[in-house]
Parts: sequence; C-alpha cells; structure tokens
Amino acid sequence: MSRLVVASIGPASSVQDGGRHGAQRYGLTVSGAMDRLSLAAANALVGNEPFAAAVEIGPFGAAFTARDGAVRVAISGAPRNADVAGNPVAMDASVTLKDGETLTLGFARGGAFTYLAIEGAIKGEMVFGSLAVNARAGLGSPYPRPLQAGDEFSVDAASGAPELRIELPRPVSGPIRVLLGPQDDEFDDANKALFLDSEWKISATSDRMGYRLEGPAIKHLHGHNIVSDGTVNGSIQVPGNGAPIALMMDRGTSGGYPKIATVTTADVGRLAQTSAGTAFRFKAVSMAQAQDEARKFAQLVRNLPDRLRPADGVALNIEALSDANVAGYAVSAVDAGTWQVTAEP
Amino acid sequence: MAATLPPPRLLPSGDSAVTVEFSRTIDDDANQRVLALDKALAANPIDGITETVPTYRSLLVHYDPGKIGFDALGEKLLPIAIQPPPPVTTARRWRIPVAYGGEHGIDLEDVAKALNTTPDDIVARHAGGDYKVAMIGFTPGWSYLSGLDKSLHMSRRQSPRLLTPAGTISIGGVQAGIQCLAAPSGWHLLGRTPVRTYQLHRNPTFLTEPGDRVTFFAIDHKAFDELDRAAEAGEIVAEQVVA
Repeated sequence: MSRLVVASIGPASSVQDGGRHGAQRYGLTVSGAMDRLSLAAANALVGNEPFAAAVEIGPFGAAFTARDGAVRVAISGAPRNADVAGNPVAMDASVTLKDGETLTLGFARGGAFTYLAIEGAIKGEMVFGSLAVNARAGLGSPYPRPLQAGDEFSVDAASGAPELRIELPRPVSGPIRVLLGPQDDEFDDANKALFLDSEWKISATSDRMGYRLEGPAIKHLHGHNIVSDGTVNGSIQVPGNGAPIALMMDRGTSGGYPKIATVTTADVGRLAQTSAGTAFRFKAVSMAQAQDEARKFAQLVRNLPDRLRPADGVALNIEALSDANVAGYAVSAVDAGTWQVTAEP
Repeated sequence: MAATLPPPRLLPSGDSAVTVEFSRTIDDDANQRVLALDKALAANPIDGITETVPTYRSLLVHYDPGKIGFDALGEKLLPIAIQPPPPVTTARRWRIPVAYGGEHGIDLEDVAKALNTTPDDIVARHAGGDYKVAMIGFTPGWSYLSGLDKSLHMSRRQSPRLLTPAGTISIGGVQAGIQCLAAPSGWHLLGRTPVRTYQLHRNPTFLTEPGDRVTFFAIDHKAFDELDRAAEAGEIVAEQVVA
C-alpha cells in the first residue's frame, strides 16, 4: 500500500462518487459528484469503475504527495495548471507520482470542480453503497467532512501501467437544457417566458446544496408555499423572493417551493461547472429529447474506456474539429457521435 | 371489484423522475393513496424504477430512462394508482418520550400565550395526539406527522431559525414533526426527544417509516439526559407497540 497525502487543499473539496441511492425516502439525499462525466473520465484513465470514489476539488488550488511508494492518479474536469516538480501535467490524462513527489494543481481556470481519481480508487466504509461526503448527515469516508491539509488516503501502489489520455467530446457552450415542471402551472406564461428568455448568473453564495440564480424576479401565480414534495438533482425551485435556486447534489430530499423546471440529466454537470458570475440561459426541451440525451449521456459514460489513448499518441483529429467549427455545427457534449474521430491514430 | 379513484396527475420531474400527484393539499386520503402506491411498487416492482420517495400528497418515482420512457412508465403506474388503497390493518406504533419546555422547548411558553392557554395544556394536547408519519424528508429522519390537534394549528415563525437542535419536537401549520439532526427550522419548538430517528451504526439505521403511527409522552429533563446517553450508545429508547 502507498499513501496519498493532501499537502494543501481549498474549501469545497471532498471525496465524492456516484452517490447514495435508495434512502431518499428517509430524507437522506444522494450527494455524489457535481460533474459525473468528469468523475467518470478521471476514473477511466486509471482503470476504475466510472463512479468510483475520487477527490472532488473545488475552485481553489490543491497539492497531493505520494508516500510509501508510487501512486498513479488522473485529473479531469475544470481545467487548471498542474505540475509535478515543475513538469506540466495535462488535464484528462494520468500521471504516476513517485514516492515523495507532489502533484500541484492551480485555481480552476473556468468551471468549478476538477476530479482527482486514484488507481484502485479511494477506499473506505460505504454507507448505502457510497463513500460520498454529506457533511450535514455526518456521512462520507474516509473523512465525513470536506478535506483538509494533512488528510491522507491508503491507496494501491502504482501498477506501472503506461500513462493514458482521454479524448472527450468538446464541451457544449449552448444554453442549459430544462424540462418544464413539475410545478410550472404555478407560474403564468409571462413568468415562464421570463425564466426561459432571460440571462442568468450563478451567485457566489452557491454550494453543493443549491445554485442561487441571479436575474429577474420570477413571480408565482398563487404564492410561494406549496405542500412539500420530492426533489431531484437539477430541480429549479422559486422561493418567495422570486430568485430561483437550482437544487444540486446535497439538496434536501423534499421542498416546499414551486419548481418551475428541472435541468436535464445530461446538463446537470454542465450547470455544476458554470462559474459564479458567468452569464447563461436556459432552453426548454421536450421529454423525448431530454430522455434521448440522457440515454446518450449514459452511453458516453459507459464507453469512456474506448476513448483512452496512449499519453504520447497522436493528438485528436484537428481537421475534423476545425471543419465542424467552420460549418458552425451545434456541438453536443453528450452526443458521442458529434466529435467522432474518423481515422483512429 | 371496488370502483376506481380519480387518476393522479403525472408531473415530469426532469427526464429521470415523475411526480405522481394525488392532491395539491395536505389530505389524509391522498397520503393513504401515496403510501399504497409506494407499497404496491415495492411488492411488484416495475423494471426501470430505481427509487420511490413518498411525500404528503405525491409519490416521486425515480427511474432510468435507458430502461423505460416517461409514457410507458405512466401507462404502468396509472392502473395501480387508481386502485382504492387497502385498509391499513397493522401499523407499527412508536411511543416517543419528550422533554417539553425549558431549554428543550424554547417556544412552549410563547405558543401557550398565543393560544391563550397554559404550557401544561399545550403539552397535554400535543402528547394526547394520535399521529401518523406522513413523510420523511428534508434531512435524514425528519418525520412529518399528520394528526395534529386542530387547536394547535398555527402559522410558522416569521423568521426561521438558522439552527435548531437535534431531536427537536415541533409544530408548524397543520403539521407536527420529529427532527433528528440539527437543522434550520421555522416551526415552533415544544420539546426534545432523546430518540434518534436516524443513527448511522444502529440497526435499523432509520427508525420510522412512512405510515407508522406515533404518540408522545412527557418525561422530565433528568430522564431525558439518561435516555439521551442510552440513545447515543445505540439504544432505540422509543417504545414500539405492535397493534
């Protein structure tokens, strides 16, 4: 066994995985990674299951040191500068830290969360099938709280496998897709249009429980109190002040404000990675479209190992990328076909 | 064959969950239908459903759109949801000890004043009630109870408290509650129970289930301290009565 020691880390960083399912009926929320695609990509790079436990690193910097042997890790998600002893480390790639070496990560340069996966995954005591930190419920393993400097993980010694990179679909920059409902009938057409046609920004007071949205006030038809009912990841509720809140992974399992819309499964991670202060819009899609995208998203996650390449291999198909840019295609991050590299290196 | 009931509304909660809504208000008949549908789905699972979450008036059904689509799921849910709920024959009943007033129930005096009566009378009315766990939500173990005496219905506090203690026994609107973990709350705090409705390394982790019956009984603050220590060590300390 080796150890990976947290040499330094900022707030909003914790162990996360695919989340805790089956106990929402008891008020226990799902938790898990804010951006599941990036978690799965980091895990794929070191041969782990897609939703194995990894370190979710918040917007600030972090550093990790290998002890008692080498440790193989990979990073994916919000881009940031990374190096080992001054040698740059690429995003979406694996790297092996020799005993005593430190991986240093800078601030996120866009987005919020970067995932550090460890070969063999983080080990701990599962509760409802998950190691994910849910600080309010005192859950999470090996630490039931956000990470601090000095924390450490007992991990597998590095396998010595060759380093890999992963070719991910190009990130989407379009509006965040939503399905209206479940309580869109608590709003009149003008206010639904105001929600869909306005520019929004995520408030700096947002966290893993919810993203507060800054924009025009959305008015209710019949007041803001409804009888509490169930919530999902991406529920957009509108409290009395009219400022919507998108409920994220540490949400309460039930809530008593009308929910005007719900972010699609394929786009919850994109919303999670939208930095505070960045302007964005919503776009309503049909159930058929949303479910089609959800299936493609699941397929993309399942097939991530097919996108692994040797780290020193040929770069992705630049021609195909620029062709599509010239043609002005709407690129979907969840459509595996959009950026299919036609000739494999 | 009994007549069927009006169909619930199927409200999309995104692409991977549907809210099966039986009522827009707090309504015991609707809650019976919610719990009956929940039970029916547990007994005869529909392929693709991953988790169900009962609330006062609706059942939130999480599903995998890779296995079943919205329309196909709706077609399977509706015939079950319009069946009259079977009569509840055996419900578990919990007798929950509560230390009322003082530091454990800081709103008891104010509630008594607001309702023109004495704290003892409020305690008698609250402890005299016969409650049902209508739903569990918000934070782990937070049990929302129906059956609060009408004379105790009162609107929530103007400004919610940012933190209320673990074990808080409170009332808000037409509801009563057992709160397990420290949490924000806008309800009126009548007392505290040493009972943990959620405790990680205990079997069972969660004590209450939607549909369970609940009654309260008053204990003094010394008994609270003793039971609290026992509960911390993993004892259930609530009395279970099987009908």
